[in-house]
Amino acid sequence: MIDCLDTIADYGLRSLGYGERLLPRSDFTLCQQVTLIGSGMIWNVYFGLLALIAGFGLATVVAVGKASSKRWARKPAEWFIFLFRGSPLFIQFFFGYFLFLSLKQVSSAFDAFASAWAGALVVLFLNTAAYTGEIFYGALQSVPRGDQEAAEAYGLTGWRKFRRITWPTMLRLAWPAYTNEAIFLFHATTLVFFTGFPAVQQRGDALYYASYFADKTFNPFVPYPILAGFFILLTLCIIAIMGAVNRRLNRHLPQAATRRPRLLPQIIR
Amino acid sequence: MRRGHLTIFACTDPETLSGLNWLICYLTTGKHLLFYAAFGTVLLLLAITAPAAMAFGFGGAMAARSRIAPLRWFGKGYIAVVRGVPDIAFFLFFVIALDQGIEYVRHKIKCPDWDQPVRQGSDFLVCQAAKMPLGNSPQWVHESYGFALAVLTFAIVFGAFAANVLFGAMAAVPRGQVETAEAYGMTSRQTFWRITVPQMWIYALPGLGNLWMVLIKATPLLFLLGVEDIVYWARELGAAKTPRFTDYPHPDWRMWYFLALLVFYLAFTRVSEIVLARLTRRLSYGQATAGGEAMRRAQA
Repeated sequence: MIDCLDTIADYGLRSLGYGERLLPRSDFTLCQQVTLIGSGMIWNVYFGLLALIAGFGLATVVAVGKASSKRWARKPAEWFIFLFRGSPLFIQFFFGYFLFLSLKQVSSAFDAFASAWAGALVVLFLNTAAYTGEIFYGALQSVPRGDQEAAEAYGLTGWRKFRRITWPTMLRLAWPAYTNEAIFLFHATTLVFFTGFPAVQQRGDALYYASYFADKTFNPFVPYPILAGFFILLTLCIIAIMGAVNRRLNRHLPQAATRRPRLLPQIIR
Repeated sequence: MRRGHLTIFACTDPETLSGLNWLICYLTTGKHLLFYAAFGTVLLLLAITAPAAMAFGFGGAMAARSRIAPLRWFGKGYIAVVRGVPDIAFFLFFVIALDQGIEYVRHKIKCPDWDQPVRQGSDFLVCQAAKMPLGNSPQWVHESYGFALAVLTFAIVFGAFAANVLFGAMAAVPRGQVETAEAYGMTSRQTFWRITVPQMWIYALPGLGNLWMVLIKATPLLFLLGVEDIVYWARELGAAKTPRFTDYPHPDWRMWYFLALLVFYLAFTRVSEIVLARLTRRLSYGQATAGGEAMRRAQA
């Protein structure tokens, strides 16, 4: 027990570069595996959370663009969504990494983007913005006609109508699918260190450490279930938080009409 | 005649080449031909995995609907766990786990009088006869075995997604249809095979179509499973080459190789989208769904 507390002190923040520098090399204990894989989860949460928040903003813009009747707004949005939804995230990571490497030669402003914390975040941000944009676009198309007409009858137009009527309704309709997208975004963060992006000084994410242990012990039956446990925990947290938001978005409706967000099969990567 | 002669032998001395000729010769080197063949590997993977995943999915959905409780728990657990955990983690896990599982079973059968434990510290030791593939097998057996493991892994993971879709589709078949079948005295087995299964496809199609797209986009993960696929070759061929090691020296071109892969996948998913849209139209014909209803009205 005391040993394990020491291990947590040594390796708890290892993925950020604090604590013991050398990873354990032999006689791996269960405590070491849980601690290091948990430490790696910091990166998964970092990538997922920031990409989700930033992607939310861009997704709204993209959805409005795609729903626009003006060609100059619609076409770029359509192409953006097609580009990121039509190709594998795995290839996007590789392409992004090598693109940033090339840009690094041109200007030192791109130095940061050749490392995972910034470069992979940009790729994930654009990717989730495209997927979320498509979800929001679908929701935007299903905003009831009556809501819009009622808003106009009250004298709301343009930005005020969008801000107070269209946008909240769009969010409410999109929320179950968006919850699903959030879950799969967090799952997708495990790809980062398996593409070009280097894990400097072995500071990696949860899957990076899990595969490290699986390689060293040649026993996949311990590290991967630990990783699965962490991710199921994370998924439950996401469902709880998104469910709370969903209840708030639907609070004006008769309660029988509201549905709990389900894991919808439609939007997986 | 002379011109034909020239182009055939043009690639023998790359240093004298320039411009387009250089590019043509460069793009037809032996390694590039292997790169192009790897696209075939991707298509082969899809061709085998899609039906295999459907089979796993069908089995999973039937298990999840079963009246026998343990079987139902297994089916629901299979669907829930695979969906709750990142798919890459499953790929990395199953490739080793399946390999060790197969070797362990062979070890138990072929070497019953082996007295040492299989797992010793960080080693997994089975007797020579149980090795899979056997140590003295030719290279192609090793490669095919690796590929087969990859296919099985893909089928297990995507089978869970397919099971989820099919489970929903089976439940979506209108209750009246099933009740009518029961009224005609069909057993539950007959009802399932004659009523539910033929009608569920239209409900399953959107989900399965999406799954097909996801499957296409998951194929580059073959690289993580140790198969020499397009990602492997793109990294290999694109890396900077000095004149010492190749007749075709070039700087780091990996960005362009991955751009080519990006375009390949975009084209592939676009074509799939168009085909799926047509298929949906065909299957909607005469169905009691909104789509089928719209087609009926258009004809009337």
